[in-house]
Amino acid sequence: MFQYAGYSLLATHYSLLKIMNYEAVIGLEVHVQVKTASKIFTRVGQGYGHEENTLTDPVVLALPGALPVMNKAALDAIIKSGLMLHCEIADVCKWDRKNYFYPDSPKNYQITQFDQPICIGGEVEIELPGEARNVMGEHKKIPLTRIHQEEDVGKLTHFAHDSLVDYNRAGTPLMEIVSDPAIASAEEAYAFLTTLRTTMVYAGISDCDMEKGQMRCDANISIRPVGQEELGVKVELKNLNSISYVRDGISHEIKRQKAVLKAGGTIVQETRDFDGITGTSQSLRTKEDAHDYRYFPDPDLMPVRVDQAWKDRLAAECPERPFDKQRRFMAAYDLPYTITSVLVPDRELSDWFEATVAIAGKPQAQAVGNWIANDLLRDLGAANVSLADAKITPAHLAELVGLIEAGTITKQIAREVFTESFGSGETPSAVVERKGLKDDTNSDELEQWCRDAIAGNDKAREQFLGGKDGAINAMKGPVMKASRGKANPKLVDETLRRLLAE
Amino acid sequence: MSTPLTFQTLSGIADQLASGALTSVQLTQAVIDQTAAVESRVNALLSHDAADALAHAQASDERRAAGKPLGPLDGIPIALKDVIAVRDQPLTAGSKMLEKFVSPYDATVTIKLKEAGVVLWGRANCDEFAMGSSTENSAFKTTANPYDLARVPGGSSGGSAAALAAGEAIATLGSDTGGSIRQPAAFCNVVGLKPTYGLISRYGLAAYASSLDQIGPFTRTVEDAAIVLGAIAGHDHRDSTSFKTPIPDYRAALQEKKGPWKLGIPKEYFGEGLDPEVGAAIEKAIEFYRQAGCEIKEVSLPHTEYCLSTYYIIATAEASSNLARYDGVRYTHRSPDAKNIEDVYFKSRSEGFGDEVKRRIILGTYVLSSGYYDAYYLRAQKVRTLIRQDFLKAYEEVDAILTPTTPTPAFKIGETTDPLSMYLQDIYTVGVNLAGLPGISVPAGFTDEGLPIGMQLIGQPYQESDLLAIAHTYDSAHDWSGRLPEL
Amino acid sequence: MSNTPDLNIDRVAELARIALTPEEKTAYAAQLGEVLKHVEQLKQVNVDGVEPTAHAFSVENVWADDVAQTGLSAEDALRNAPAQRQGMIAVPKVVD
Ligand SMILES: [Mg+2]
Ligand SMILES: [Zn+2]
Repeated sequence: MFQYAGYSLLATHYSLLKIMNYEAVIGLEVHVQVKTASKIFTRVGQGYGHEENTLTDPVVLALPGALPVMNKAALDAIIKSGLMLHCEIADVCKWDRKNYFYPDSPKNYQITQFDQPICIGGEVEIELPGEARNVMGEHKKIPLTRIHQEEDVGKLTHFAHDSLVDYNRAGTPLMEIVSDPAIASAEEAYAFLTTLRTTMVYAGISDCDMEKGQMRCDANISIRPVGQEELGVKVELKNLNSISYVRDGISHEIKRQKAVLKAGGTIVQETRDFDGITGTSQSLRTKEDAHDYRYFPDPDLMPVRVDQAWKDRLAAECPERPFDKQRRFMAAYDLPYTITSVLVPDRELSDWFEATVAIAGKPQAQAVGNWIANDLLRDLGAANVSLADAKITPAHLAELVGLIEAGTITKQIAREVFTESFGSGETPSAVVERKGLKDDTNSDELEQWCRDAIAGNDKAREQFLGGKDGAINAMKGPVMKASRGKANPKLVDETLRRLLAE
Repeated sequence: MSTPLTFQTLSGIADQLASGALTSVQLTQAVIDQTAAVESRVNALLSHDAADALAHAQASDERRAAGKPLGPLDGIPIALKDVIAVRDQPLTAGSKMLEKFVSPYDATVTIKLKEAGVVLWGRANCDEFAMGSSTENSAFKTTANPYDLARVPGGSSGGSAAALAAGEAIATLGSDTGGSIRQPAAFCNVVGLKPTYGLISRYGLAAYASSLDQIGPFTRTVEDAAIVLGAIAGHDHRDSTSFKTPIPDYRAALQEKKGPWKLGIPKEYFGEGLDPEVGAAIEKAIEFYRQAGCEIKEVSLPHTEYCLSTYYIIATAEASSNLARYDGVRYTHRSPDAKNIEDVYFKSRSEGFGDEVKRRIILGTYVLSSGYYDAYYLRAQKVRTLIRQDFLKAYEEVDAILTPTTPTPAFKIGETTDPLSMYLQDIYTVGVNLAGLPGISVPAGFTDEGLPIGMQLIGQPYQESDLLAIAHTYDSAHDWSGRLPEL
Repeated sequence: MSNTPDLNIDRVAELARIALTPEEKTAYAAQLGEVLKHVEQLKQVNVDGVEPTAHAFSVENVWADDVAQTGLSAEDALRNAPAQRQGMIAVPKVVD
């Protein structure tokens, strides 16, 4: 006994060395709440943060006689999601009842889609971390099994002696996105959810705020010896309620399973609960209490037929997929990866970028990208203002970039102008005009400042003439100072060189 | 001797209200008085509120006095089967489970009746959750047949049929999942109409079997049925299974549509088990139509023998899921002994549900359970397709189908104890629900013992105008409903 | 379907969340056995190629526009509650 125990400890210890022996196979089930005005099968409002049991009606509470009626917007949203994720949209889908008793489920059945989901197949493109932050990582496509639509349940809160039920959440439209067991690591799972979230937010389908339960993830995890075809025994991990917990929970579970196997144990098919705070998991239930859901078609709801015109209409409403946009930004605007990875994940920001470039002209794209990624985001953050509420507009930034390009103001002055426009919404030219920031130095004045600078910097002049080109910078400072920052640096440089060559 | 007021036809009473010969308060008071006189023997109503009814009657009389144009139902007391939601009124569905439940909302039919000015009067007893054919399955009381107090009024809408037959209302509403309007109508000598599935909204009707349930009226005449139907039919955006079809003036159609019609007699409905007196009465009715110039054709509905099996699989499967909401958590009976959540479910449900409901839930759970779904539920759904096709094929040749409503007249209270024989009561009526068709039971005579007999006419989908006109032809030429019960 | 349908009354009652007394179990098993025997007749029907009927008539795409409407007041929502606390339905502590 003791010998075995000791061996198992050793084995666990050495498992890190043998880590390549096993590979993980992960499938994710992601529930995403759809951002509609009303619930999925009745028209009472839906939302987060309302007073308990104020978003109910006879349908939500499953009172005697209540009947469900589909929400068209929820259907539109799931079809759109399917189109965004390259799913096949079924010609006909139907509604089924999944029967089980639980106090958060008012009817004690959930209306869902069992054998005829609305979206079939599909894929989620993911990006793995690159070698460095400024290097694009590997892209992979994770195949989806299906996406189906269903209703959310209410919320149970547990107290010392009882549990309380709030039915506000019950009947919120949900999409369940089911991946194939084709995810190989915790990092991939993390990337999968990141793409899903960006895609859903892009298409206006959900805000996917995991803290508010708008996106929830369960993971099915198994490991198998590398090269083995057959899947290992899977463990379902629940309560992964942040994207980081998904990564931590999966990586913890893979380690746990490897440790069990290396110690000569076997994996039990079970559901485990991951605690993100302690980073540990515990068993909730094993396979024995498997449910018999008695699925059957819901007689209260009619099937849905999706024709081409409907799909076409929604396809036209679908935004460009984020990774497609990122590739386009890099190719069309010659933007560096780092800038695109700031701009693209935020649809509004990337739209703002393109609106600015449309005015400023394509050659200014890099400058615009830099201004947004650095100054705009910094000022928004500092002022705690959202882009939508910002006073500065794409027209302002385009104008500002134009003023720099034309040599009207220096980049240094432009920063000041930007801050003014950001704060007040005044146009950059108006700011420049009002504050007299224009580089209006005449050449005589400039020439005199340059002569003074050369005369006052003997050492720098000697060095420059001695072949040290960089020494010229020491003479630029006094010129800029004399011009109060307005002098055109290019012109200063030219003038200094001309005078030094005399 | 003139017919006592509360036994008169709705159309006749409406005329008196319109002419000012009668007020709604007088009428309502007469209904209250008649109820007080007979209810202890008939036990048709589970609850009623005389003061509330009189207040609504008063309001109707005031509307009339103000010269507002009023429909034929304004001021008429109508009782609803206790499975239909009325805001601020109890809704028990005949079950201990809902003994204390007060509905916070109105069913769509309730809203429509209120808009028509109806005086909502009383909640009619029924088999628990509409499961039964005798009203003996009510958790609260056993309703008696007004024509023989020792006999059942039929079910599950037995209270609705008996209340009307006993003069405790001018019309009533019931619900029909496998014959629950037509069979009690036949037993109680009144007209009972089960409209086409989807014609009347089910919103607010406590569901038994969603794909079969349909609300319908009980009245003294076919003309009265046409009036009530006109008020409660029509598309409802709250019921996804509600059909979009224009609602004609059913009452006017009775005058416009004169036939002659082609009537089909399905040979499968006249075999073994049919009581000879019932058979003879139906033969007479057929003969009447022949004399009236109708073409009588024998038709075949070859899957008739499978109707009952198909019905009991589909209905119980749906019921097992529909009744899962009665769980002791939100609004039903909760067992005082419940220590944990599983207790809440198991104990509340075993205390709250009666025998027949438990049996059907168990049967329905079984036929849906893993490993049995295909053999039972899926197969039944396929046979259902064949049953519907039988009817639609017959309608290529005939306008309507004529059958007995029930194989026998009303049986004695406590006489039928085993579930299977009780289920056989529905043998002529369940096919109509499976096929989603309209069916009506019309009084067609009495047995020597004085028990009412019903004739069933089955129409084509959404052709209630034709069905009612065909039924009216017979009904207006006979006065079976004029033979009042001796109470 | 065999001649004696294998209705496991314990398992089914458990799924249906109905506690049955031993007497009820015996009675229901016998009664439902009779019903199931009757239902066996469906085996005779040739259903090859027959589509199942889930609805009495087939209409597709029945839905409503996404316009939020007022529902029940919290008071009405809890009006029939067997137990409530803090505006919520109370049940014995649920341990998952
Ligand atoms: Mg799932
Ligand atoms: Zn789900």
